[in-house]
Amino acid sequence: MIIEHCLVCFSEMMPQMGWTTLFSKEESSYMCTECYAKFEKIEGETCKSCGRPLVEIEPQFKAGNRCLDCIRWEEDHEWAGTLERNHSLVHYNDFAKEVIARFKYRGDYLLSYLFVPLIKKKLQLISFDAIVPIPLSEDRLYERGFNQSEAIILACGYQPNNLLTRIHSEKQSKKSRSERIHLSQVFQTKINIPNKKILLIDDIYTTGSTLRHAAKVLKEAGAQSITSLTIARG
Amino acid sequence: MLDDLVIPLEEIQEHYENGCLIYRKGISIEKNKPICNRCGNKNKHFFAHFPCARCGEQCLYCRKCIMMGRISACTPLISWTGPPAQIDINRSQLSWNGSLSEGQQAASERVVQAINENKELLIWAVCGAGKTEVLFQGIDAALTAGKRVCLATPRTDVVLELTPRLKSVFPNIQVASLYGGSEDRHLNASLTITTTHQLLRFYQAFDTVILDEVDAFPYSVEESLQYAVHQARKQSSSMIYLTATPNEKWQTECLQGKKDFATIPARYHRHPLPMPHFQWCGNWEKGLKKNRLPPTIVQWVKKRLDSNKQCLLFIPKIDKMEKILPLIRSLHPKIEAVHAEDPNRKEKVIAMRNKEIPVLLTTTILERGVTFPNIDVAVLGAEDRIFTESALVQIAGRVGRSAQFPSGEITFFHYGKTNAMIRAKNQILKMNEEARKKGLIDY
Repeated sequence: MIIEHCLVCFSEMMPQMGWTTLFSKEESSYMCTECYAKFEKIEGETCKSCGRPLVEIEPQFKAGNRCLDCIRWEEDHEWAGTLERNHSLVHYNDFAKEVIARFKYRGDYLLSYLFVPLIKKKLQLISFDAIVPIPLSEDRLYERGFNQSEAIILACGYQPNNLLTRIHSEKQSKKSRSERIHLSQVFQTKINIPNKKILLIDDIYTTGSTLRHAAKVLKEAGAQSITSLTIARG
Repeated sequence: MLDDLVIPLEEIQEHYENGCLIYRKGISIEKNKPICNRCGNKNKHFFAHFPCARCGEQCLYCRKCIMMGRISACTPLISWTGPPAQIDINRSQLSWNGSLSEGQQAASERVVQAINENKELLIWAVCGAGKTEVLFQGIDAALTAGKRVCLATPRTDVVLELTPRLKSVFPNIQVASLYGGSEDRHLNASLTITTTHQLLRFYQAFDTVILDEVDAFPYSVEESLQYAVHQARKQSSSMIYLTATPNEKWQTECLQGKKDFATIPARYHRHPLPMPHFQWCGNWEKGLKKNRLPPTIVQWVKKRLDSNKQCLLFIPKIDKMEKILPLIRSLHPKIEAVHAEDPNRKEKVIAMRNKEIPVLLTTTILERGVTFPNIDVAVLGAEDRIFTESALVQIAGRVGRSAQFPSGEITFFHYGKTNAMIRAKNQILKMNEEARKKGLIDY
């Protein structure tokens, strides 16, 4: 597919035609170089649990190659080992906030393609048997018209495996960290998935609570390991 | 749009059954091509499909107006067609003690007439003429006749400035103020002050639409906004356009008598508009590559710094401005620069107003809407195509606005005169001549 306009700013993009583009299978780009530059890519050493760049964490909030938040999760035996590792692509800066809000709340579905090249690159490093979206409640799904995690999975050319459903819902963004973490389980699954390696997909990793709740349910259903991939790391 | 309404669905349906509202398709297909009925978009680049959880199909949606919520093929647009909300106004609601200048008074009478007769009128008023006051009597006439009035402008800051002014002269009227994120969205007010963007929410709703700064960005280049204004008007309604700088096409239509117009050729303080002065400054871009500023500019700025007069210096592009700033700062460390995406834009404008900044470099964002009482203004690179005739007239209009300091200098530094520069100068000259003829200038 040749994209003529940047998905974010609508400006026209010159297709960079050349022998390499003709013969390589490189993904075409969905945004212009200006917009691409406004996303701060996560690079270098990251927390080995949550994927947050270690350089940005004050020394008192990290130990070894883990951040304090993740150490707290892992010390809690209820949560230890639920989520093996999270990968995130970009920082949740103002620009990412704007673009993700347009994707998810305004409902600009096409933006699900924006990170396809970056996601595909990341997926080469992860081994998984099933790719699972974070579900929305029925009300929320009706309101938004689509599930943003599913949209991302479909955009990458995978079939989402809807193993999870939501029990009841309250808006996450209105709660504090401790409220989120001590929330009773919001997800459930009806199938057993013995020894499967699961990859969860979501748009943002903020406290990691959503992903860990989802991972816990899957683990209890027999999954061997759960990793996750999010577009942004808050 | 259905999702925007806070009214329960049953009530909406009941009104529909009573014939008080109509549903329209969000997106319709004309000659095999989709069109968004909210923003008028027909460009296929701005449409996309998504698997819709509501209708269960691959649903087409418009990306052009997505920031106001998604309009897709299964989204109904709802508009009221029943009797208008009862507004019992039969006497004048205007409480304003000011007086109009001769030029304003003549234009004001034309506005009242156009509103009473549901006609279109262009008010061509010079920068600093006092356009807003000219509207008061017209708005009052419309309100007294039970009409719903809309005052629209492309810029949010203008909405924010106009709202308190109109609320104070119409203290007993409900005034809705609409802009992205405003809370008055569901107010069915007799007087609505809005950005042209927010007009996308209205369909045949107003008896009188007044459009301020017709030639301003983004209205002038965004077809969807022009569509929005058109859609918001009732079939039989009046339309008042306000501008200091109509584009070439409109000017010709006025002069040929195809467009009804009224001019206010003089400022309310009865001083003539300052005439721009052209000054050749050589290939300034080439000099800039060697970190050199044109000596004429350096002199011009030095002279203002020495005499303690504040000034604005317009630069065509941000990257040029960034090169110029450190060079010009060697003359004075407090010199600042501002552009549209500058996060400290507001603070810098306030600092300029408080006289804390001696010289402010700016892109065209300060070309209109701002008033600094006693300043000189220069344009560097006036030949750049961003400086259209109307931009230049607006920039010149920053000078001598206050009655206390009615004069000031405006200089266009250029590397070759352009038509736009000459047309701008002629426009100002003509306005001054007309004003003199009509006896609107004393000095």
